[in-house]
Amino acid sequence: MSELTQLTAADTAAKIAAGEITAVEVAQAHLDRIAAVDDRTHAFLKVDAEGALSAARAVDDARAGGKPLGPLAGVPLALKDVVVTEGLETTCGSKILAGWIPPYDATITKRMLDAGIVILGKTNMDEFAMGSSTENSAYGPSHNPWDLDRVPGGSSGGSSAAVAAYEAPLAIGTDTGGSIRQPAAVTGLVGAKPTYGGVSRYGLIAFSSSLDQAGPIARTVLDAALLHEVIGGHDPADSTSIDAPVPPVVLAAMAGAAGDLSALTIAVVGELGGDGYQPGVTAAFADAVARLESSGAKVVEVSCPHFGYALPAYYLIAPSECSSNLARFDAVRYGLRVGDDGAHSLEEVMSLTRQAGFGAEVKRRIILGTYALSSGYYDAYYGQAQRVRTLITRDFAAAFETCDVLISPTTPTVAFPIGERIDNPMSMYAADLCTLPASLAGLPAISVPCGLSEGLPVGLQVMAPALADDRTYQVAAALEASYGRPLIDEVPSL
Amino acid sequence: MTTTMSTPATPSYDDVVARYEPVIGLETHVELGTASKMFCGCSTTFGAEPNTQVCPVCLGLPGALPVANEISIESTVRIGLALNCSISPWCRFARKNYFYPDMPKNFQISQYDEPLCTDGWLDVDVDGEVVRVGIERVHLEEDTGKSLHVGGATGRIHGATHSLVDYNRAGIPLVEIVTKPVEGIGARAPEVAKAYVTELREILRTLGVSDVRMEQGSLRCDVNTSLRPIGTATLGTRSETKNVNSLRSVERAVRSEILRQAALLDVGERIVQETRHFQEDTGRSRSGRSKEEATDYRYFPEPDLVPLAPSAAWIEELRGALPELPSQRRHRLATELGASDHDMAAMSNAGVVDLVAATVAAGAPAAEARNWWLGYLSQQANAADVEPADLAIAPEQVARIIALVADGTLSSGLARQVVDGVVETGQDPDRVIEGRGLRTVNDTGALTAAVDEAIAAHPDIAEKVRGGKVAAAGVLVGAVMKATRGQADAQTVRSLILSQLDAEEWTWRT
Amino acid sequence: MAITRDEVAYLARLARLSVSDEELDVFARQLDVIVGAVARVAEVAADDIPPTTHAVPLTNVLRHDLVTPSLPRDKVLAAAPAAEDGRFRVPRILEDEA
Ligand SMILES: [Mg+2]
Ligand SMILES: [Zn+2]
Repeated sequence: MSELTQLTAADTAAKIAAGEITAVEVAQAHLDRIAAVDDRTHAFLKVDAEGALSAARAVDDARAGGKPLGPLAGVPLALKDVVVTEGLETTCGSKILAGWIPPYDATITKRMLDAGIVILGKTNMDEFAMGSSTENSAYGPSHNPWDLDRVPGGSSGGSSAAVAAYEAPLAIGTDTGGSIRQPAAVTGLVGAKPTYGGVSRYGLIAFSSSLDQAGPIARTVLDAALLHEVIGGHDPADSTSIDAPVPPVVLAAMAGAAGDLSALTIAVVGELGGDGYQPGVTAAFADAVARLESSGAKVVEVSCPHFGYALPAYYLIAPSECSSNLARFDAVRYGLRVGDDGAHSLEEVMSLTRQAGFGAEVKRRIILGTYALSSGYYDAYYGQAQRVRTLITRDFAAAFETCDVLISPTTPTVAFPIGERIDNPMSMYAADLCTLPASLAGLPAISVPCGLSEGLPVGLQVMAPALADDRTYQVAAALEASYGRPLIDEVPSL
Repeated sequence: MTTTMSTPATPSYDDVVARYEPVIGLETHVELGTASKMFCGCSTTFGAEPNTQVCPVCLGLPGALPVANEISIESTVRIGLALNCSISPWCRFARKNYFYPDMPKNFQISQYDEPLCTDGWLDVDVDGEVVRVGIERVHLEEDTGKSLHVGGATGRIHGATHSLVDYNRAGIPLVEIVTKPVEGIGARAPEVAKAYVTELREILRTLGVSDVRMEQGSLRCDVNTSLRPIGTATLGTRSETKNVNSLRSVERAVRSEILRQAALLDVGERIVQETRHFQEDTGRSRSGRSKEEATDYRYFPEPDLVPLAPSAAWIEELRGALPELPSQRRHRLATELGASDHDMAAMSNAGVVDLVAATVAAGAPAAEARNWWLGYLSQQANAADVEPADLAIAPEQVARIIALVADGTLSSGLARQVVDGVVETGQDPDRVIEGRGLRTVNDTGALTAAVDEAIAAHPDIAEKVRGGKVAAAGVLVGAVMKATRGQADAQTVRSLILSQLDAEEWTWRT
Repeated sequence: MAITRDEVAYLARLARLSVSDEELDVFARQLDVIVGAVARVAEVAADDIPPTTHAVPLTNVLRHDLVTPSLPRDKVLAAAPAAEDGRFRVPRILEDEA
């Protein structure tokens, strides 16, 4: 493995800027690494070697021309296939979009390209981001570099597998109920879900519009923060985008790395732990809490009584919104068309196409969402779920009266074996138990590695009030620093 | 006796409305005249090449998101204010979910239980009597694309082998205006419906929010009709007639639906709650294909758009800036022009109210101005297939011609020629008169010569007139008028002829 | 609150999914479990609690009425499963407009 693939994003950018290495060398090193290991991780759906090398060349040319480079210029990145890329096939992990070449770029795609980030390709994911393991991808699962028989989490599992396997130093994930944090946790990475509205959703293929949020996946807190600042900030093309400065997450990551949390009160959420949590997870979490305490933080416990209802509320809201968002895949304007043989009507062709183009989990959620929104059920299901959302938001508000951030394990278990939960939707859904409350309340949350359990990574989640994303980075960076070196260093080299 | 279920005998309209009370409701969709679409920057220009005014947003491409056009919100609030509605201080868009190929996302962004404007009214004038039509709601939504049905004989969906879809119209802001049920109007239901749409169209035009062209679909009307036996209280089952795309059709659609429903009720059949499609050629409607299942639109608040919260101050600012509305204006003009309700209705139907007012403002007497615009000028506009306002003659020019008639410079026949000249050349009336020599000839010497010539040319007729057949003089008058190219005053010519022939105007003598 | 096979079939039709008979059985069984679990939202009395539809309380996010360039038509139609005369071509339509 080339040393170039083992650098942090921050160091890579610094060395490119200093002329010690070229962006093209870095891109090529990662393309070589992908060629060497991706048949085992299956992190990528599509590798764009040509696009990557030409973007890298542009960065090298800019440097040669004396132009100033951004803090991530020349750094390669793995982009989740939910993000639209002009001219580069975007499938969202679904057969229904196989071969679709978007005619436009997502806002975050544009911002990354403008920042000189080198997009290596598109990563695997659960179809339309519905899942916690990538097993729902129409193109086969990705594999966890820590144990290739286990899932890399999901839905951003291709992105987490790519970064954990050193195929890329950075990745973009999207998080609807935990799809950045959970895969980051089970692959020993840092993953941040920004405040809802903090990062533009324009060009993210929608799963659940009121919850979806893109964010960084990286091997270090600082790298994640650097990427967060590139993609974050107001976008007039997204009505739900917040018109406010990006929280100073890079500064916070740097401050946190100094290891002094004495100004902060950290609260452990009582409801997110105990029964049903693997002992190894509980132990690693307890050890991390002790580390935070020794960094000077005041640690307390809080109760958030409605967090137990996050899972049922989520599995009403997200399927409802997705049943509507995915209606556009109808064989008319783009994507798959099945049964257009002259004998079938358009209605039949639509139904045959959607039947053939969507996988089981997507269909399950569309039907569930159609049910929850249908007349007679709306109030009991969708309406009531949105009220629960209010109660969860109030729980957070009450908790933040007494503390600065909330913490919990990111997931109740370490990465589970491929195939273990695929036939039992409810057990699969339980993987998101800890991440759902912050999603429903639109709050920023980060997962940071907090040790290993039987050789597999465990993540700790830090949650903060809206637009206080910087606090989550500060605490995460302090915890990261307490281990001396990143836990990802222990990942098998494949 | 056998009765076919499908064709019950048709009773007369008068008979029907003597027994049934019609209740109508109207849903009007208005395409706003914004430069860009409701949720994206695509142009709204009518008639562009298919699929050239589309983008990721209005095509519903994966990942695209809507951002609402501020003018569309403002226009909707102004419409609501003009229709005496309350403006909601806080409301949301909602998704209306159903599959149809001309709807790119397979949901329409609309408003559901939180419309922007609610509970207003519009007074309409039906034959001099005011009927108040309640307004249930005014809300904002996006238009759909257009399908072209290919392979069938009629261009209709039935019999087509395939369809072709153009999304240029998809996403154009559409305001939906829904009335409350209009009751107690009896036989006048068709006229009320037409008067309502006419008045609404005038208001929308006055507000400048839409070009309200029914033939281009920028104003579209759905008419709900139900009947109940007179003396009963519960509403009958209603049908919804779509595709009513002219003012005349609004009236015809209501009338034909009243007759259709009455014929069914008379033979004891049930009215089916259904959508019907009006057909311009026959003046009837046909049933929409009945759906296998009732549609469940699964409305929910649109998560991609944030709520609207128009401030009270902004609403008051818009209210204060509303233009003079057609009814206020008609009231003022009726007073200023001394016109009766009947006159006002005639002028409004002919589209000349503004023109008459401007002509009066330029100094013409009201009655003269009205007669010119309703008479010769309307005829000329008709002949040229343009609106009177588009004739190439200005109200000031009409006023000048009226003045010249009044002072005897022009005869009424000459005045028409002057109008023609103005329209043809774009010159002012005085230039036309000068250029064409259209001044009335009052020079008796010249006229006498022309009269003598005419008598000499028609000795047989001259003889008849001498013999007392005064009516025959018309031929000689015509000859003189022709010789003088119409510049002579016909009455003067006639007197001259009679005196030359020693004949007297025939009068009734006791 | 059991969810029946017929109900699933109705929902699938509404959602334009021509699911197979076997899938109907599987989905009916699974959805019954899922609906049973998510129905727990009803346990919290919340009649007086306003629903949260937007996590971030923004209002009046509007754009100016300005025309921006549309996509070139060849790009628009390039992705279409079928196109004809500058339009998207679809098989014959059964239902009238809603
Ligand atoms: Mg409507
Ligand atoms: Zn557009």
